[in-house]
Amino acid sequence: MTTLGSAPTAAPAAHGTPAVDHPAAHALARRHRLRWWEPLPWILALAFYFTFPNYLGFGTELLITILFALSLDLALGYAGIITLGHAAFFGVGAYTVGLLAFHGLWNEPISSLMLAAIVAGIVGVVSGLVLLRTQGLTLLMLTLCTMALLEEGANMAHDLTGGFDGLPSLPIPPLFGFFEFNPLFANTQYLYALAVLLVCFVYVRTLVYSPFGQSLTGIRENILRMHAVGSPVRARLVTCYTISAAIAGVAGGLWAQTNAYVNLGSLGLDRAATILIVLILGGHGRLYGAFVGAVAYAVLSHFLARIYPTAWQLGLGLALVIIALFARNGILGVAAALGRRLGIGRATP
Amino acid sequence: MFKKFVLASAVVAATGMAQAQEVKVGVVLPYTGIGAEFAQQIDRGMELYLKLNADKVKPYTMKLIKRDAKNPGGADAKVAVQELLTQDKVDVLAGWVYSPNAIASAPIVAAGNKLSVLMNAGTAHITNMAPQYVRTAFSMWHSGYAMGEAAARQLKAKTAVVGYTDFPPGKDSLAAFKKGFEASGGKVIDEIPMGGAGAVPDMTPFFQRAKDKKPDVFYVFVPAGDHAAAAVKTYGALGMKAAGIKLIGPGDITQDTKLQAMGPAAVGLITMHHYNADLQNAENKRFVAAWKKEYGAESTPDFMAVGGYDGMAAIVHAAQATKGKMDTAAALASLKGWKFASPRGPIMIDPQTRDIVMNEYLSEVVMKDGKLAQKVIGKIDAVKDECKAQKIGPCAPK
Repeated sequence: MTTLGSAPTAAPAAHGTPAVDHPAAHALARRHRLRWWEPLPWILALAFYFTFPNYLGFGTELLITILFALSLDLALGYAGIITLGHAAFFGVGAYTVGLLAFHGLWNEPISSLMLAAIVAGIVGVVSGLVLLRTQGLTLLMLTLCTMALLEEGANMAHDLTGGFDGLPSLPIPPLFGFFEFNPLFANTQYLYALAVLLVCFVYVRTLVYSPFGQSLTGIRENILRMHAVGSPVRARLVTCYTISAAIAGVAGGLWAQTNAYVNLGSLGLDRAATILIVLILGGHGRLYGAFVGAVAYAVLSHFLARIYPTAWQLGLGLALVIIALFARNGILGVAAALGRRLGIGRATP
Repeated sequence: MFKKFVLASAVVAATGMAQAQEVKVGVVLPYTGIGAEFAQQIDRGMELYLKLNADKVKPYTMKLIKRDAKNPGGADAKVAVQELLTQDKVDVLAGWVYSPNAIASAPIVAAGNKLSVLMNAGTAHITNMAPQYVRTAFSMWHSGYAMGEAAARQLKAKTAVVGYTDFPPGKDSLAAFKKGFEASGGKVIDEIPMGGAGAVPDMTPFFQRAKDKKPDVFYVFVPAGDHAAAAVKTYGALGMKAAGIKLIGPGDITQDTKLQAMGPAAVGLITMHHYNADLQNAENKRFVAAWKKEYGAESTPDFMAVGGYDGMAAIVHAAQATKGKMDTAAALASLKGWKFASPRGPIMIDPQTRDIVMNEYLSEVVMKDGKLAQKVIGKIDAVKDECKAQKIGPCAPK
């Protein structure tokens, strides 16, 4: 955290030299450009589809985890909103899709996802207006409480939501009326999740490199200064929280559709804590941290659990302790530091 | 060259034979997290069956491929089931502790079309969700309905208050008890939700409310473990026994592994269940003795272990009936109407519903040699899942 007086490293050269050839201005003008390695994750994801056709169920879960982690990155990593209740929005999205499909109201996949985004966004804006008046631990507790309230609500409205047992066997029609969601071979689910992730990612990437995204980083780094320069801090935070909630809602909706199932597990503390670990593991505030963290976490837990079904958490826990001790900024943070030391690439904030 | 060829064909023949002899059983249980204890019971039950009945398994070998279901969220269990079917190409699926996981897995089980043995998951209607599901566990209705009947007939109760933990098994148990009790002439005068399954609430206000209604019996469903211990203690502390109110419930509240921790307040507690470790039959004596020898004298099997034991017996029976091929239709057909002498007494798989038919025992907790034990004071033979028998709610076939 920088103090009020010192200039943040990434701040535009607003004072001092306004020259266009200032190195900071160059860095700023270039930072949104596509880098050579950015298509890599998508090529890998497609390669995975063809190389491991038997792992697509696992792959689909992984893609959804990435999308969910990405939504959290927007709120936590960029805007610095400390939340332990992000699964609330995942759950709202999942239950929106689930309830509409289960009660026979609406089940077309893509429009259902949009509805999930809208409903989760509404919950986000309403809770955000109240919660974002607080900061730090208070905010952490309040986000947790919001999630707990929603979870208990879903539990109590048993007739509507199926309670603890959930809503089973959701009738999800084929995508575009043609590509069927086969429960055993998740080919359609995988490509569908990949496409949704790509769309959401492009949106988030554009957003964080826009002036709006820059102001979020400013709020995270130095909220007093942002107030002082006349930035509408609360409005920005609420907007960011809402967008983040809507994307989490899309992830939840996607989860409900690909599993054809919703239950309380979609909005519990378990999920909220896991996604926080995933993001911190990968590196927050870095866009690709969600990808790296989700892959590392899912691959570790999945394959350790296959080898040692009773003791896999020990291995995972050790890995997390090591990363927490030696890689404070997550895997990508370590990679960036290594890169700097070797002189490849410029430091990106 | 010739030598190589002989060797190669011998290897091919051997692997070919091994494939015919080996039955791959995919086991999905929550080996970690809050369900790890239950998974261990079921896992040990399965292993113990194979160990004690090696002669019945021959000439086939059961290869257990164990996967962690992790949590009741559904998704992880679903991925595990999917990979067992598509990667490991298992012949049979088995396990399921949490009902939500069995419910979430139903579409995959139906699509994968392999015999799937439910060893715990007790929500009544699950067996309707996929035609490959066979249950060797129980449904909440087995004990609840039977307890309702016994409370009215054997305990001569006219009125009852029901206290239940507010989650599906609790609601199932309440519905089952109420149906059984009122069908036998009793009347439920109050239904008290007593908090969720996640944390143990202070039971005093709920029990005081029950006491004020002055029922003949107070039927309680709470999850095994700390909930049950708290309920028993509160019952003692409020002097409900002296007020003439009997505490009754399904056997979940007197789970064998938790019984000793309840202390002397549990004496007099009356439960209805299909199994307790103190059952006096030859099979159970052999089972409990083998268990203690294998896993230590302090360790005791409970109803979950028996679910695993009987489930493995069912799988072995299907393997013998299909000559190790485990053809799904034939395996299912061989289990419909299958009878077995289980540690819980004689059991059968109902040919119509693929659910278990078994005895229910009315037991009283007594102090014996300084330890708590369960004494059978009544028995109902061949109890079916009444929810499906009476086609109640989601139990009605679609």
